Amino acid sequence: MSTLLGHYNYWIVIVLMMTGFYTVIARPNLVKKIIGLFIFQTSVFILFISMAKVEGGTAPIIEEGYSLYSNPLPHVLILTAIVVGLATTALGLALVVRIQEAYGTTNEDDIHIQDETD
Amino acid sequence: MQYLVDIVLLGLLMITGFAIVRMRSLLAVTMLTSIYSLFSALLFVVLDAVDVALTEAAIGAGISTILLLATVALTTEYEKVPGHRSLLPLLVVTLTGAALIYGTLDMPHYGDPNAPVHRHVAPEYIEDTPEEVGVPNVVTSVLASYRGYDTLGEVTVIFTAGVGVLALLGVHLRKRTEQPHDYKMLVVLRVIAKLLFPLILLFALYVLFHGDYGPGGGFQAGVIFATGFVLYALTHGLGNAERVIPPALLGVLAAAGVLLYAAVGIEGMLLGGKFLEYNVLADDPVSGQHLGILLIETGVGITVAAVILIIYFGFVSRRPGGADAQDPS
Repeated sequence: MSTLLGHYNYWIVIVLMMTGFYTVIARPNLVKKIIGLFIFQTSVFILFISMAKVEGGTAPIIEEGYSLYSNPLPHVLILTAIVVGLATTALGLALVVRIQEAYGTTNEDDIHIQDETD
Repeated sequence: MQYLVDIVLLGLLMITGFAIVRMRSLLAVTMLTSIYSLFSALLFVVLDAVDVALTEAAIGAGISTILLLATVALTTEYEKVPGHRSLLPLLVVTLTGAALIYGTLDMPHYGDPNAPVHRHVAPEYIEDTPEEVGVPNVVTSVLASYRGYDTLGEVTVIFTAGVGVLALLGVHLRKRTEQPHDYKMLVVLRVIAKLLFPLILLFALYVLFHGDYGPGGGFQAGVIFATGFVLYALTHGLGNAERVIPPALLGVLAAAGVLLYAAVGIEGMLLGGKFLEYNVLADDPVSGQHLGILLIETGVGITVAAVILIIYFGFVSRRPGGADAQDPS
């Protein structure tokens, strides 16, 4: 029982991670692939933040009357990762838009067929 | 109780994740992605990561959704059903997942205060922050002071991504008279948006300058600042928004933010300290830290806001079919 509760967060994170991974490798649409990466990325955020949690702790803002705080370091890493994640996602989506303009499709299979016939 | 909220939120995240994989309409998927982000932001609050939650809510649920919608508008709305159906991806995913779950078995339990992750530098950050940096929010002190190098690197990555989007899509100036299709229908929205616009900018400044004391800081403030202009562009037309904040100016601002950050670092060196050492910036170390954090957070905010607006303008000002295509209207 304690293993189940103690690892529940991690296991769901892995399920989410694999959901994203599956979308990336099994779906031919490029926008869908980027969304898959987004799900994968968010699952990593949840993994880090879950590890930062301390039982009975509070948010790491020093205040009188509290002595136990959650770990601030993973928060910092993930906070910046979210913004960097948006920037890289935007770059990926920009590439998808250019691929759409060049090939007239965002379907990976169609792009391969066009590349082979050229 | 906290466990219950945690379990329910993670369950909802999982359901949303499965729905995203199964849905074929990319518009529906975009909305689900927004919901997914909102659930994860809620989860971050439950897990004590208030700064992260603020960022995820503004970025994941806000800006990402708009970018995805813009991309779907420029590409196709419906995903094609793949012609070939193979079990290989499912097999790969199941095996990888099983291996990862096996790997978690000897991880410390969730919330365990004795986990190795809590026994390294984190206690020092929490204990030393009040005397060394003098700001109550430890996340801000670690982000801006203890790990200032990292943050400088990340701001540079964001700047580079902005340059990348600019190179790929460019920003096209639209005419001021070009209005949204149902412009006349938007009177209520326009009035409300005009009322909200200054409040959003004010809130962004509050998040920026209050980041030392509560959740917030340059990253969140930059995003919130940008959403104010996004709201304006959505209700008043892109052409007007590009007059309010010209894309050429945004390019300069994006670079200026990174330069301000680096300049604070070099100023520390000129005053006899190390790169990004704030203690030497003022007469006593704690005031120096305050000044340094305030300046670099401002730099971060400027760059983030400018890059997000460059990305937004880049996607939204592009006409379907490419840079040379003419709008039919």
